[in-house]
Amino acid sequence: MREPWWITIIKAFVIINLVMVAFAYTTWLERKLLGRMQNRYGPNRAGPKGLLQPIADLVKLVRKEAFQPDSVENGFVYIIAQIISMFTALAAFSVIPFGAGWHLWHWHIDGQILNVPIALILVFALGSIGIYGFIVGGWVSDSKFSLLGSMRTCAQLVSYEVSLSLAVLGVVIMGRSLSLVDIVHRQDETIWFAAPQLVGLLVFFIAGTAETSRAPFDLPEADTELVAGYHTEYSGMRWGLFQTSEYINMITLSALTVTLFFAGWHGPWAPLGPLWFFLKLFICVSIFIWLKATLPRLRYDQLMRFGWKVLLPVATVNAVVTAALVVAFQ
Amino acid sequence: MSPSPVAPVKGFAVTLRQIFKKPVTQEYPEYKRPVYPRFRGRHRLWRHENGLEKCVGCSLCAAACPADCIRVVPAENTPDNRVSAGERYARIYEINLSRCIFCGYCELACPFDAITLGNEFELSEYNRDDQIYTKDMLLAEPVKKVPVADPVLYDTPIPYYRTYS
Repeated sequence: MREPWWITIIKAFVIINLVMVAFAYTTWLERKLLGRMQNRYGPNRAGPKGLLQPIADLVKLVRKEAFQPDSVENGFVYIIAQIISMFTALAAFSVIPFGAGWHLWHWHIDGQILNVPIALILVFALGSIGIYGFIVGGWVSDSKFSLLGSMRTCAQLVSYEVSLSLAVLGVVIMGRSLSLVDIVHRQDETIWFAAPQLVGLLVFFIAGTAETSRAPFDLPEADTELVAGYHTEYSGMRWGLFQTSEYINMITLSALTVTLFFAGWHGPWAPLGPLWFFLKLFICVSIFIWLKATLPRLRYDQLMRFGWKVLLPVATVNAVVTAALVVAFQ
Repeated sequence: MSPSPVAPVKGFAVTLRQIFKKPVTQEYPEYKRPVYPRFRGRHRLWRHENGLEKCVGCSLCAAACPADCIRVVPAENTPDNRVSAGERYARIYEINLSRCIFCGYCELACPFDAITLGNEFELSEYNRDDQIYTKDMLLAEPVKKVPVADPVLYDTPIPYYRTYS
């Protein structure tokens, strides 16, 4: 039974807001956890335990002047860049299932905004379009820093996207579907794919870290040694939108990891539904932050060598071996 | 790549362990760390025990000041208006604390130990004009109490002009 269209719209609205709140408190969690890992408190002034810090940051960013360099020839493209990043980041979340679906009165509500049979391809396609935001943003700013920064970003994202897509091939072969809902169901019936696809999980997670340009692959940003990269010429909330989209990409990637390898909303016991999903998501995001606190940034040639010479072969071999085994034991 | 495969994992253990330790942060406005006994903060002008000002308006402090932040305008003491112990007194004594570098040359230059550097360091103002301290402000007791570390903990001797006044 299909759900009526207006439920989908309400769900989309709720999910987008949930993701935004999740983003805001991911920044809080990141600063808190990083602080504790470095023996300091992290934000603790705005509100109890610094819980109002994201709101204070938002107010600050919104009130800042949205400065646009004079040499920007196409103001429309200058503004559209962040919208592309932001839109693709949010849209990718629409296919992620976070519950089994519910019956409310006589309506059926799906556990995700849209159940697309090619959900996985859609997520990767949106991710690829999201790169345009970075390319365009760096290029239209008419600044050397931005242009080089966007080149750096794109080279990294394009290189690691290959490994990322190949890493999920194993899951797709085992789940026999590109639909995330089917993959989750399949994991519940058989086994969480994290166990048989451990190599795939590792490659996916590492490539995903690079894909969302988080430490130790945060060369596009490289706060300590370079200017910010493609968003050098952006300020105020325009910069904030780029930053938001990066964080939401990280959350989406964590959600994807949970869905593909840890059976989404299914828990080892107790049918808690979405709560399991959010718990796993929280753990996954915390691991991202843990990585940031621990590992030093890679050099550019190390990044490229690792991506093409280690990750890509491993991902390919993993996909081929999985395919062979699945065929052999069918 | 790294020489030992265990080494990167060890790193993760190190960062994880820190979460359960108490942060070393000293939270400033609530906890004020005691200043070093010879800490040079806001200036103080002193009086003799009979109430007369020690400053005789000689302007040696202004001459010694590398930041040129002290302004002294002297005037003669008269029998019915005796302000200082010497012949003259400082009619105007102003220190522009936004220029002061807290080097302490003024207290070294002063022949009567009339000026010393105190312990106050919270000197922020919303207005630059408020940074100019007049003679009345410098003569008055400091409003804020600054915790000072026990001099016994430090082996550097405290100069006589600090203990003397």
